[in-house]
Amino acid sequence: MDSSSTRKRPLSPFLTVYRWQYTMALSILHRVTGCVQSVGLLLFAYWLVAAATGQKAYATAHAFFGHPLLRVLLIGFSFAFFYHLLNGVRHMTWDTGHGMERKAARVSGWIVFLGAIATTALFWVLILRDTGGAA
Amino acid sequence: MSLRSPTGRVQGLGTAKDGVSHWWAQRVTSVALLLLGLWFAASLLRMPELEYQVVVAWIAGPFNAVLLLLFIATLVYHSQLGVQVVVEDYVHHHGLKIATMLLLTFAHWMVAALAIFAVLRIAFGGAR
Repeated sequence: MDSSSTRKRPLSPFLTVYRWQYTMALSILHRVTGCVQSVGLLLFAYWLVAAATGQKAYATAHAFFGHPLLRVLLIGFSFAFFYHLLNGVRHMTWDTGHGMERKAARVSGWIVFLGAIATTALFWVLILRDTGGAA
Repeated sequence: MSLRSPTGRVQGLGTAKDGVSHWWAQRVTSVALLLLGLWFAASLLRMPELEYQVVVAWIAGPFNAVLLLLFIATLVYHSQLGVQVVVEDYVHHHGLKIATMLLLTFAHWMVAALAIFAVLRIAFGGAR
């Protein structure tokens, strides 16, 4: 008997056989930014625990987050946050059956990507303006 | 007549029958996080220096404390749902997949418990 499990059946296309397109990159970036934020949860929890521990522990955390390297990392986390948030809206619009045509998906992709960069920039401009760039 | 493949029948494998609830939970937490996330980002903008007294007073406010608890719970749940899909997609070895999910689940519950305890401690005036 030639059962379906022994026959070599065609597989649906996967990542490795697709021609590279930027909508793919955006889709992968959604996962990457999601995973990045899962790691960021550790920092978020550390911040809260430091505040709950007391003034001294909080001062240590404050200095830690103020380090230039952490600053760069935090800018990265904020971009991940805004990108994932905006692209999440894009995904949920698709869930309603709208915007899935090639042109619409490309346009919304650009809007989300540039929107995330703009929102991240605006967020940090507002913070640095209010802290005089010192924090 | 069953439409299942011989292999599927023999191994007793099929869908876990809980894919829809996973899908919905992901969407519901997404909508909640859209609102809670924007609230949190706006809150950070209102205390840009994040000094100790300011932050603790902010967390201790009943409305803020409750929203923060909801934010933490929803974030951790959404994160757990997300990393589960990633692990299922990319970790193919069965044992390694189970081990990774166990580790990630423990980590998520640990983070949730720590963060929730921290907020409650501050809200109930335990942090001085």
